[in-house]
Amino acid sequence: MQATSERLIRLQGVAKSFGPVRALAGVDLAVDAGECLGLVGHNGAGKSTLMNVLAGTLEADAGEIVIHGERRSPYNVGLAHRLGIRCVFQELSLCPNLTVAENARIIHPKLSGWGWRKRAAGLIVAKLDEIFPGHGIRADDVVGDLSIGRRQMVEIARAFTVSDRPVHLVILDEPTSSLDSVSAEQLLSFVRKVVATGLGCILISHLLGEVLDYADCIVVMRDAKVVTSRPAREMTRDSLVAAMGDVGDERVVAERPSAVRRRDAAPIRVRVRSRRGGRHELVAHEGEVIGLAGLAGHGQTDALIQIYRSSRRRAADTVVTGPVALVPGDRQTDGIFHLWSIGQNIGIRSLKRMSRRGLIDLAQERQLAEDWKRRINIRTPDMTNNILSLSGGNQQKALFARALGSDAEIVLMDDPTRGVDVGTKLEIYEMIRTEAAKGRTFLWYTTEMEELANCDHVYVFRNGRIVADLASDQLTEAKVLQSSFEETV
Amino acid sequence: MNGLSKGMPRALLEKAWLGSFLAAAAVWAAAMIYSGGQGGGQMLGAALSFSTFFVIVGIGQMLIIATGPGNVDLSIPGTIALAGAIAMKVMDGEDSLIVVGLAASLAAGAAVGAANYGLIRVLRIPPIIATLSSNLLVQSTAIAYGRGLRVKPPPAFADFTTATVFGVPVLALCAVVFAAVMAVVLARTVFGRSVLAIGQNMRAAWLAGVAVDRTRLLTYTLSGLFAGLCGALLAGFSGGSSLDMGMEYLLASIAVVVIGGTSVAGGKANVPGIWGAALFLFLLLTMLNTFGAGAGVRLVMTGLIIIAVITMAGGDKPAR
Repeated sequence: MQATSERLIRLQGVAKSFGPVRALAGVDLAVDAGECLGLVGHNGAGKSTLMNVLAGTLEADAGEIVIHGERRSPYNVGLAHRLGIRCVFQELSLCPNLTVAENARIIHPKLSGWGWRKRAAGLIVAKLDEIFPGHGIRADDVVGDLSIGRRQMVEIARAFTVSDRPVHLVILDEPTSSLDSVSAEQLLSFVRKVVATGLGCILISHLLGEVLDYADCIVVMRDAKVVTSRPAREMTRDSLVAAMGDVGDERVVAERPSAVRRRDAAPIRVRVRSRRGGRHELVAHEGEVIGLAGLAGHGQTDALIQIYRSSRRRAADTVVTGPVALVPGDRQTDGIFHLWSIGQNIGIRSLKRMSRRGLIDLAQERQLAEDWKRRINIRTPDMTNNILSLSGGNQQKALFARALGSDAEIVLMDDPTRGVDVGTKLEIYEMIRTEAAKGRTFLWYTTEMEELANCDHVYVFRNGRIVADLASDQLTEAKVLQSSFEETV
Repeated sequence: MNGLSKGMPRALLEKAWLGSFLAAAAVWAAAMIYSGGQGGGQMLGAALSFSTFFVIVGIGQMLIIATGPGNVDLSIPGTIALAGAIAMKVMDGEDSLIVVGLAASLAAGAAVGAANYGLIRVLRIPPIIATLSSNLLVQSTAIAYGRGLRVKPPPAFADFTTATVFGVPVLALCAVVFAAVMAVVLARTVFGRSVLAIGQNMRAAWLAGVAVDRTRLLTYTLSGLFAGLCGALLAGFSGGSSLDMGMEYLLASIAVVVIGGTSVAGGKANVPGIWGAALFLFLLLTMLNTFGAGAGVRLVMTGLIIIAVITMAGGDKPAR
């Protein structure tokens, strides 16, 4: 315990941008030996980027990194590892084709020569026994055969193993997200135990209770900056939530009273019963804009795909009345056809309608493209130009044109404004409102709070389930955050 | 690839198919110089005759290759042998049975193609392995079915497959019309656009409302159907079916597609190029033959040309 005053790492003014997106805008952070620091914040607040900078996997654009009282520049993964900084990232980094012991060997080059496999096995199993008693993992199990929870255990245990180099700081990014409650409890108790011996630890979690109970100090990030840094005992759930969102966030985000009245009168367009159970079902009426909120990757895209799939092949738990079109957010993998012109990219969803006696009417295809160029202002001299000649935002507009120019009555949007500039975003919001007023139904997955203000009704997702059902007059940022982070009962 | 001007994609396409015709002309000229200008017309006539068969199977192969990397039909040789045997046996040398025999061989080809896609989709076997193993199955069936008997084609069928107008084979003229129709299908029908969309990005195509499964099933079925057609015509052309008559089409069907300017990365197909490539390939093999090169050298050359064409075509792929 005597080592607690020693400063392990100090980051000062660290900044990082990805193109026009500022992920870190001058962040300060310090961790002492014998301290567990909790790091919380909404998606995109910059937590993961910060940890990547600290682990050396990303290079900061500006700022300094001081470790063990010495300024480190240049800084990289190898140096981080030599200085005893270990990382457990959300995306598991084990090699699935290797055994548990072989994976342990990867970070311990010292384990070489005859019998390295046995020594690596001893090392990792001893650590697993220490952290997760009764884990049921064998050193010669192939990692790919293990359940996601057990893989996470191996990953965590490996970060704490020591051969020739000491471990000083362990970063745990969402370590409990794939662990059951017993293992999570085991891990957090272990963290407290090793922290007491002088180790430093950074704990990132969306489960606020964990952070409040186990961290000494809590840092809250929002919009690429650190907004709060205080001892955990001075914080409460509510003050944390408030720090993550707007402070005076009890105001109603949306003011669209007409939507509430309309809800019962209009016919139902989509009804989804969640496959994973849950209190709420998702219902969308004609002319509504429905928001799917919650943390990224909590089942919103899956819900949209489920709706899309059942529009093409009937499914028991999903009712979809009317043609569906989908606006993808990941343009490169889900959206554009890179060999085609802008016009062809727009026309693909409406080919049947534009066909006469089995042949596509090219004049009509051109007409469709020109119409939408004018209506949503796609910035190009000529719609026969290749789609890649457009900027990202304009490519996204072309994808909107593909969906809106089709016969679809229901439009699914999978975080469609990802990486789109503000001006284009406002144009897109306007377009959605206009089309909804004409009777189209929109289901809109978004990770941005302000976009929910454009919705008539919001469903909050967590772990693949709908955990909150908010009409626009009840919608506040605090409520959305509260349900996104709600503890499992 | 940014900032393509209006006519550029079309100009590129034209260049791609022009290239294979220019290459064919160059090879022909070289052969003429070597032989001192003798037998040029005869050589062209033979080239047109044999290219017809390359073109028929090549177009089926092109549809499959255009649906994206990994998609290929290696069951064409077996299908040709089976369809040829079926056509000859069903026709049984009778003019009255020509239509029945043709229908039977087309049906057999289509069935093989559909079964191939069944293996790929239902059993999730990669296309290369699925079609290669089905080639063995089909080839064995052809052996069992044909029992090595060589049935002569009906006289009218044999006449049709070898007929010429002004020195030009009638079959070749039909194949030109066939290619023209397929070019329109590719550019102007929902099926054609679907093939090209799937070839660029299968997931995006599905999300954009393309009937992915139906389209892929159709490409494999059509490839089988065209191989069946080729088998029946080839049997008529060469005076009866033989079990190894499909052999050279394994490599040739892929070669004409690739040399013709269809992208092996998918999403870009080129029908006229197949004609140029088929002529080029045949003339090249003939030229090597007249130079006295052995079968080994000819195969090595074909392989080298495919590699060279893919390497050159790889340069203009847009970065994703």
